Amino acid sequence: MTLTKMTLAAALLGATTLGAQAADLRIALQSDADVLDPDQSRTFVGRIVYTSLCDKLVDITPDLEIIPQLATEWSFSEDGKQLTMKLRDDAVFHDGTPFNAEAVAANIDRSQNLETSRRKSELSSITGVEVLGNHEIRFDLADADATLMAQLADRAGMMVSPTAAEAAGDDFGLAPVCSGPYQFKERVAQDRIVLEKFADYYNADGYHFDTVTYLPIPDTTVRLANLQSGDVDMIERLAATDLAQAEADDGIQVESAVSLGYQGITINVANGDKGDNPWGNDKRLRQALSYAVDREAINQVVFNGAFAAGNQPFPPNSPWYSTDFAVPERDVEKAKALLAEAGFADGIDLEVQVPNTTIPLQLMQVVQSMAAEAGINISITSKEFATLLADQSAGDYQASQIGWSGRVDPDGNIHQFMTTEGGINDSKYSNPEVDELLDKARKSTDQDTRRESYTAARAILNDEMPIVYLYHETWIWALDSGITGFTPYPDGMIRLEGMKKEEG
Amino acid sequence: MLSFILRRLVIAIPTIILISVFVFTLQKLLPGDPVLAMAGEERDPQVLEFLREKYRLNDPIPVQYFTWIGNALTGDLGISLRTNQPVLELIGQKLPVTIQLATMAMIFAMVIGIPAGIFSAVKKGTVTDYVANVVALSGLSIPNFWLGIMLILLVSVKWKLLPASGYVPLSEDPIRSITVMLMPAFVLGTALAATLMRHTRSAMLSVMSSDYVRTARAKGLVERKVILKHAFRNALTPIVTLTALLFGELIAGAVLTEQIFTIPGFGKLVVDAVFNRDYAVVQGIVLVTAVGFIFMNLLADVAYVLLNPRLRKQ
Repeated sequence: MTLTKMTLAAALLGATTLGAQAADLRIALQSDADVLDPDQSRTFVGRIVYTSLCDKLVDITPDLEIIPQLATEWSFSEDGKQLTMKLRDDAVFHDGTPFNAEAVAANIDRSQNLETSRRKSELSSITGVEVLGNHEIRFDLADADATLMAQLADRAGMMVSPTAAEAAGDDFGLAPVCSGPYQFKERVAQDRIVLEKFADYYNADGYHFDTVTYLPIPDTTVRLANLQSGDVDMIERLAATDLAQAEADDGIQVESAVSLGYQGITINVANGDKGDNPWGNDKRLRQALSYAVDREAINQVVFNGAFAAGNQPFPPNSPWYSTDFAVPERDVEKAKALLAEAGFADGIDLEVQVPNTTIPLQLMQVVQSMAAEAGINISITSKEFATLLADQSAGDYQASQIGWSGRVDPDGNIHQFMTTEGGINDSKYSNPEVDELLDKARKSTDQDTRRESYTAARAILNDEMPIVYLYHETWIWALDSGITGFTPYPDGMIRLEGMKKEEG
Repeated sequence: MLSFILRRLVIAIPTIILISVFVFTLQKLLPGDPVLAMAGEERDPQVLEFLREKYRLNDPIPVQYFTWIGNALTGDLGISLRTNQPVLELIGQKLPVTIQLATMAMIFAMVIGIPAGIFSAVKKGTVTDYVANVVALSGLSIPNFWLGIMLILLVSVKWKLLPASGYVPLSEDPIRSITVMLMPAFVLGTALAATLMRHTRSAMLSVMSSDYVRTARAKGLVERKVILKHAFRNALTPIVTLTALLFGELIAGAVLTEQIFTIPGFGKLVVDAVFNRDYAVVQGIVLVTAVGFIFMNLLADVAYVLLNPRLRKQ
């Protein structure tokens, strides 16, 4: 073969493979999604898949403002007890069922009444739904609910085809039918989820891939290796420790956004007998622990500085962060003084349960050595996650290293943890004043009123410290350098609108 | 022969029953609540209670066991708590994957292990023997996951020769399917190759010093014929036993290999199921694996009889 022929052949071969590849976007996820039914699902990765599969009534901007998606405009009544929405008239579900107010009503009914629905509490404020016209609907609320819009921007606001849902019942998740830019094609558990472009999507021109394949690859090293070898186009949750390696690779671009969640140490204050100990009974000990740790050093040592140090349920860059209570500097002397004041000048033991995976263990070892310098002797009990969760819920723990993935509305990061009746209040912290402030923030639609309430609550919680917040994770995505148009969002979702794969 | 197989099958039944009881009860002893594990961040007490009812987790454990085994006998292994898929369907999806991996790994193991064993037995005490032994020992000592990650970094990331991980079904694209599985099969195969090599070597050594080998040599046969026809054939029985026993090790090794190379097989299914307390899936897999293991041993027994004429008369 002559050189020209070879070049030509190579060029042709290259062109065909590139042409074929450009149509498919391969995304590596950290784990496999659970059941693909927005009403039943629970996993973060499941939400990533829904972002392309199921449109919601509303969406968010990277700055967490609510913007239209299936609903074009909306307004609350004076007293905040009625929410009226106008809907798109050009949207259809993947099975051809038209999207309209009836469909929204059916969806709300399903989310509230399907026995296995996980959305019940998210939509509990809705007491009635009134179809006002083909594309207009009104929700009647028991009480003003500032969190509702954010719920409708997530799974509770995802619209599934009423016809398909009716036919499939509980099994809907095996072949979901929604109205998003991509429709469900196939799923092989633990291997891949494949979506294909939905031609009748109202904004089909904004999406440039024929198919999207989600591949669960749990090991972070292997995930990155797949990107480097060109087997996938992008990966989510690159490990902070692999950041340098990824950045050094010319074929890879890295994007990031501070997440909405937090990580910290939850202390058992009054959850059963185990809460009845100095740590649960004396806030000074908890304050001492907080002063003993150097949050920025943790970030540098464990996360290569890629995450954000924090001391509140909201990250410092969030509009809801109370600037009155900045991330404290480490102060060992103050920690020692607090211990002495509480009667433990000679030091005190603390047992912390930790998920038995690398990062939490590393984190706690760093905290352990920092706390030791202040006289707090931490013993680490590492537990497999399901066990840790069960023990924490049952109150069988002294302190627990745990976090929260975060919600768009600030209420989701604090109310259920810090109010007396809160569903995930595993610390069993209870303070009527905090209850009142957080309830008030939940009901007001006025941003300033909400912010004031949160700041007032923070003043109390920062003093009583049932959770010692430590840091906020940063979502890190690594993409093939040929991918353009990706926007990082603090909710960690991958929105495909405008994303393209350049050839070559 | 038939009565022999039947006898073995009858012995297998109580074994399977015992295993099923063990799996069931051991699993219930695990700390952690499946429904809570499943709920993750969303714990609505009403839903949790509904799920407990639905999956009969509130029933006494013996009742749960009999419900399960009763359904299992009719071919219904329940549904996954996590994905709602029927367990039998999941196993049907995953089993071919792991069988392909196990078969390819076994081929690697045999192709490397058996000739190396014969070779080092024949060349006993020479440098070749020592080198083969050192290589075999390293094969045994290098952890699967380390070898796997090193291979991925070298072969896929650096040289870009093979895909880093994943799986393509044989039916979809046979060539790519085999290519993708080369690295994991090699990783899984090397450890077994080492075991196989050591056993082949000792089996060969004991046979090589026997009278009939001396006779074969004395009547002037070519050395190659002596080794392959007279010695190796007689050394095969212990090797076959070992190969059948290695099947179990292969499945266990596959668990780790599948994790590293993200192969959606049996091993990955069971690990994920254990962590999610997906009881029905774990039980189903262990049951199927136990039956498979018993079946492999039965095959090995049949193979001895075929290989060793003396056993046929008994």
